[in-house]
Amino acid sequence: MIQVLSGQLLIGLINGSFYALLSLGLAIIFGLLNVVNFAHGAQYMLGAFVAWMGLTYCGVGYWWALLLTPLVVGLFGIAFERLCLRRLYGLDPLYGLLLTFGLALVVEGIFQNAFGISGNSYPVPAALQGGTSLGFMYLPRYRVWVVLVSLVVCFGSWFVIERTRLGAYLRAGTENPILLQGLGVNVPLMFSLTYGYGVALAAFTGVMAAPIYQVTPLMGSSVIIVVFAVVVIGGMGSILGSILTGLGLGLVEGLTKFLYPPASDVVVFVVMALVLLVRPAGLFGRQR
Amino acid sequence: MPRTNRSLVLTAALAFCLGGPVAAQISDGVVKVGVLTDMTGAYSDLAGPGSVIAAQMAAEDFGGKVLGKPIVVISSDHQNKPDIASTTARRWFDEQQVDVIADLVTSSTALAVMPVAAEKKRITLLSGPGSTPIVGEKCTAYNVHYTYNTYAMAAGTGRAVVQQGGKTWFFITADYVFGKSLEGDTSKVVEAAGGKVLGDVKAPFPTTDFSSYLLQAQGSGAQIIGLANAGADTINAIKQANEFGLTKKQSLAGLLVFLSDIHSLGLATAKGMYLTTAFYWDRDDASRAWSKRFFERHKKMPTMVQAGVYSELMHYFAAVKAAGTDDADKVMAKMREMPVNDFFAKNGRIGADGLNRHDMFLVQVKSPEESKYPWDYYRIVKTIPAAEAFQPPDTSCPLVKK
Repeated sequence: MIQVLSGQLLIGLINGSFYALLSLGLAIIFGLLNVVNFAHGAQYMLGAFVAWMGLTYCGVGYWWALLLTPLVVGLFGIAFERLCLRRLYGLDPLYGLLLTFGLALVVEGIFQNAFGISGNSYPVPAALQGGTSLGFMYLPRYRVWVVLVSLVVCFGSWFVIERTRLGAYLRAGTENPILLQGLGVNVPLMFSLTYGYGVALAAFTGVMAAPIYQVTPLMGSSVIIVVFAVVVIGGMGSILGSILTGLGLGLVEGLTKFLYPPASDVVVFVVMALVLLVRPAGLFGRQR
Repeated sequence: MPRTNRSLVLTAALAFCLGGPVAAQISDGVVKVGVLTDMTGAYSDLAGPGSVIAAQMAAEDFGGKVLGKPIVVISSDHQNKPDIASTTARRWFDEQQVDVIADLVTSSTALAVMPVAAEKKRITLLSGPGSTPIVGEKCTAYNVHYTYNTYAMAAGTGRAVVQQGGKTWFFITADYVFGKSLEGDTSKVVEAAGGKVLGDVKAPFPTTDFSSYLLQAQGSGAQIIGLANAGADTINAIKQANEFGLTKKQSLAGLLVFLSDIHSLGLATAKGMYLTTAFYWDRDDASRAWSKRFFERHKKMPTMVQAGVYSELMHYFAAVKAAGTDDADKVMAKMREMPVNDFFAKNGRIGADGLNRHDMFLVQVKSPEESKYPWDYYRIVKTIPAAEAFQPPDTSCPLVKK
């Protein structure tokens, strides 16, 4: 019993790492730009697809993909921010939501048309194949890698935003962009880079996910709803909140899959409803 | 096809001699086929545009005409939604003179269109859907369930795997009607063949991460893990089963797996898996010849659903020709009377319930080393004779009792 339980908790932690990575990007974009980035799932899918295309058409392996894919997709994000998203700053966040939702539909439609629905397989990189037997379960090496990398990336991002001078500029830009510009900081550029970083995070997660899940055009839309719930529970825009909630919800989901599997796809939303009842701003959010 | 043409001319001449009314036996002067399928959604790779191409090939191969009247193929996307499917069918029947609707992948859309067709006395030729109630309590007199059903898939794989020594089973089941009926059908067969079901887990539909369920399957110690799901769920489950090292000690049995799924998984991941299929492109010269022509147009080898669409339409055209009319009652009678023996299916007979009972094939997925050329994916383990592959007529279908 204990053995089975520890296996399920470990798996929950692994899934939680994905939630944390994805919700981190969303939280950064929302927290700093006040944009509800509905294209996040599509950008995650783009990450996985760009990695797959790199491998299939150009022979670019996993390790280079991990570095290059976020750059490519991040640049795409910056271009989108410069050309479209920028025009909606200062308006009701609903406009940004609609625009990014539209972008997601277009991008997913194009990929579905070009690559079909069943998707493609991405192999686990040679260095991370295999795994170890823990007695209570077989732990694939790749999944350990996912947990470690996501922890490093998540807490690294948190540190930069909350504890460094650059992060202070970013937060100041959200509070009062005009004042910050008056102090000689290029605020529009900073906003572009922030959005680009959020998008790059989504793409990075996509590359991480490619060897585990089938790379399909709709892989993002199936995960994005849960990730939004994570961000809401954590407190919209709270970076630490989204990381901790992501990991925590992974665990809760893992437990549910063991105790009562049919509820595992709703448990996240039940938690969300309960949290909002007690703390309307989310676990780590501040009342505005 | 000069022979067809000559007999066509003959039939036309005969019809002419017999007088006016017979010449008007093709309603509206056209034989119109509507391919109603999933063009962009979850089943668009196994049916979808490939089904439309198969229908066009059938029309062309039959000479473009039946009884001197042109064959026209139209198509539409039902998006896997029953309401869209039945509305489209109604419009096709009422306004566009459609005589027959083909494919109807996704059982819910088939079940929505069948009563509409029966009411209008038009024919439905199902290739994509798999539910057994289609030829059971929901059967209609104007329907042919041509390619496969979940019973044939589950029974074929279940029985064969038990015979090969896979005695103990654990199911990972998609938590909705389809998954449960797939599991139920398979369990019965497994137990009847002397196997034992150790347990199951119901995974919500759809699921992307199966690791938790795979761990439970692993813990059960069963020799065989039955995947009572379809499409993306099956693909992700197989992929992750490999990752978690399940396939070292246990074997997977896919209960509803299509060639398109294997293609997207890759042989390295799917190798060794048993599955049942109605059609495999590389089975014999005839199937190879047709499939290569299909490949030239679709750039992918046909799934059994797509090959089924071609075969069922050829059978329909032949029945129209033999009956000398496109009157649905007479054509249905001819379709039941004529056996199906072509590159697609051997020893096929369409029963009173509408089910086309034909030979099925148990196959094993090759390893990358065994695969010698593109799309060389299956090794045919055995042929399952029609009588064994499909269930006997279900008495809950009113047409069977008579």
